Amino acid sequence: MRINCPFCGERDSGEFSYLGDASCPRPDPGAADAASRFFEAVYLRDNPAGRFQELWYHAFGCRSWIRVTRDTRTHEIFATEFASNASDP
Amino acid sequence: MRYSLFNLFRQAFEGHRGWPAAWRDPAPQPAYDVIVIGGGGHGLATAYYLAKVHGITRVAVLEKSYIGSGNAGRNTTIIRSNYLLPGNEPFYEFSMKLWEGLEQDLNYNAMVSQRGVLNLYHSDGQRDAAARRGNAMRMHGVDAELLDVDAVRRMAPFLDFDTARFPIRGGLLQRRGGTARHDAVVWGYARAASDLGVDIIQNCEVTGFVREAGRVIGVETTRGEIRAAKVGMAVAGSTSRIARMAGLRLPIESHVLQAFVTEAIKPLIPGVVTFGAGHFYISQSDKGSLVFGGDLDGYNSYTQRGNLPAVEHVLEEGMALMPVIGRVRMLRSWGGLMDMSMDGSPIIDQSGIPGLYLDAGWCYGGFKATPASGWCFAHLLARDTSHEVARAYRLDRFATGHLIDEKGQGAQPNLH
Repeated sequence: MRINCPFCGERDSGEFSYLGDASCPRPDPGAADAASRFFEAVYLRDNPAGRFQELWYHAFGCRSWIRVTRDTRTHEIFATEFASNASDP
Repeated sequence: MRYSLFNLFRQAFEGHRGWPAAWRDPAPQPAYDVIVIGGGGHGLATAYYLAKVHGITRVAVLEKSYIGSGNAGRNTTIIRSNYLLPGNEPFYEFSMKLWEGLEQDLNYNAMVSQRGVLNLYHSDGQRDAAARRGNAMRMHGVDAELLDVDAVRRMAPFLDFDTARFPIRGGLLQRRGGTARHDAVVWGYARAASDLGVDIIQNCEVTGFVREAGRVIGVETTRGEIRAAKVGMAVAGSTSRIARMAGLRLPIESHVLQAFVTEAIKPLIPGVVTFGAGHFYISQSDKGSLVFGGDLDGYNSYTQRGNLPAVEHVLEEGMALMPVIGRVRMLRSWGGLMDMSMDGSPIIDQSGIPGLYLDAGWCYGGFKATPASGWCFAHLLARDTSHEVARAYRLDRFATGHLIDEKGQGAQPNLH
């Protein structure tokens, strides 16, 4: 699997480390229902078989966080972008 | 027909034409008392113990492909009960005791072989951790021996003891651990369950749940609608997909784990050797092949095949541990879908939806747990209460903070 880093170009996946699902933004700790929202953000996952947005870190490259859209059934990668550019879903 | 020496002789004189099929191949009935989704080891064991222990024989096991086609046929066949935490150890020891009587119980040769499981350690800190784990095991009545390097050398002289990075200082040995023949476990449970009246329905994929007033009252399948008072899920890597059909989100991610087998060689490795510091473990099958594996590929996957970086890593670790395997040819590698839970421990519990029950989150420890998982899931399905050794495997432990994090990695499934 090769990941197209927006800064470095296409690189071997071995240069990246994996965080996981990109659709679990950190909740507002001041919210009234913060405890249940943190539980959902930390533990519950859609875990889809198919198109999936995930975060990778280009540890052995430019050290950017990258949001990758990938098919978990085929490992095909559709899109990559800097995580900092992406608006939270 | 009972498998016995007498029947073997009798069939030999009749040209072996009288053996009946090992299990029936029935068409699905419209309704059952219990439906178990998933015809792997866990699902079939659940059905068997429902019939045998609880007398519930109107049971269907639904399998989308052929039985044992998922992780039951994709593991590395290791059985052990060398866990640290009190939530885990009694459960896995219960499983080990069931393994020890399994073949007589099922009347089926599952090739259970208690050849020993040796976890290597390489530093003072790791030795302390091994001693602590061994002590925890012994306090639960489980056998554990802390070996020094000379004892390991006598057991496994082929290891490279003096590498610069991970010199071997000793190991923690569980002699009662070992291996079993994975397919035979599936077939044995299928045959025994079928004999007790359980319907094993293959090529029957669940496509949805039948609901009534919020309750699950059956499933829709590719072979029609089937109703049941209770529906249990034992579908490993497909857990999230099936759960979503019922509107459930679970603390589970699906990851791929690879395993490898070489050509057959003469007896070399006496038991199971694990090299945790280097992500590698190995045993030798009765046929002579070296069977080994490592860690997850590391990212969510439903592919049932791995990628090359993990292959290279596992083989490098293997060469570091035992250079003797360098000239053995690798025959095959394959990948299985692990239902990785957020704390690395399983869930055997009610789902929160009436009528639907969960047996999931086995990570890569599912095979050794097969008998106890079946026993405890059957207990839950029959009585609506957790079995005493599975009480910690609650679904709500993630919300309440009662995690069973054997490895101490936190909610990062690709690291468990």
